[in-house]
Amino acid sequence: MKMDYSVELNETQFGLVESILEQELIQLGVKSVMLIDMAGNILVSLDDGQTHHDEYSLAALAAGNFGAVSAMAKIIGEQDFALLFHKGENDSIHFSRVTEDLLLIAIFGANVSLGFLRLKVAEAIRRVLDVV
Amino acid sequence: MALINPKKKEVQAKLVYYGPGRGGKTTNLEYIYGRFKDQIKTQLTTIKTYGDRTLFFDFLPLDVGQVKGYQIRIQMYTVPGQVKYNATRKLVLRGVDGIVFVADSMAVRRQMNMVSLKDLQENLAGINKNIFTIPLVLQYNKRDLADEGIPLLPVQDLQHDLNRQLNAPFFEASATQGLAVVETLKKAVAMTVGSLVKKLQ
Repeated sequence: MKMDYSVELNETQFGLVESILEQELIQLGVKSVMLIDMAGNILVSLDDGQTHHDEYSLAALAAGNFGAVSAMAKIIGEQDFALLFHKGENDSIHFSRVTEDLLLIAIFGANVSLGFLRLKVAEAIRRVLDVV
Repeated sequence: MALINPKKKEVQAKLVYYGPGRGGKTTNLEYIYGRFKDQIKTQLTTIKTYGDRTLFFDFLPLDVGQVKGYQIRIQMYTVPGQVKYNATRKLVLRGVDGIVFVADSMAVRRQMNMVSLKDLQENLAGINKNIFTIPLVLQYNKRDLADEGIPLLPVQDLQHDLNRQLNAPFFEASATQGLAVVETLKKAVAMTVGSLVKKLQ
């Protein structure tokens, strides 16, 4: 296990990850997508041009939330819950672990079905793993 | 460890306010937020329990300018100080780059300061970091309470209890009145950024 939660990517890798998330998720109709590390830092943040969230606070809370839920998983004897989903009236949030240190967050509205989103998230993660 | 984004020319570094419960960590962040509101585009995020105690953490991002062409963003966090929340403190410490240890100057809190500092040392060791080498600033908070007749620890006692081995920079402060809050932050930011400069070359 890496203990310092550090992630290092070069400029090309950042560009590639951005274009993967753009192609797989933003073009699908997802409102915003973020790739963050478990310390709460943002590696990539993209949106549909109309959505503007407080991304830094969201990343800090998402990393904390995911960490807390992982701790809960261990208490009940699970290694991890690899994905989390919070459903809202209009918008929902989907969290998915990419690596031990990276988390993908997608915020989407009613125009995107959860099933299709999960397929696309899985595909995006598969492609991102080839890069990082 | 700080996140360096060469594409956006941005560095995100994590500064954690640590210390015993009710010592003034959140008050430090609240003062900073009030003072720099115009420069901070987001709200101060807090997760509190009943009775206004920090349950998880407070969070405030602050842009502190450029170093070697990189925009430096300091992500400030507090931890919950109460002993029972150690699992949460460990989570918040993930990826930490610098620490402000907020000690409570009240004489009755002497033991709690020492316990909290020991807890910090152990939790840092758990993520392969060393309290003697990580950028660290001590803040002796609540110095203003002397005016109200509340017994305080003399600074030399606090130094002896907490800082005789660490030899870290320290400030006598009052977070409620804003005394030395910004000075503490500036020193911690300077040390944290200083430790990252090599990585930016």
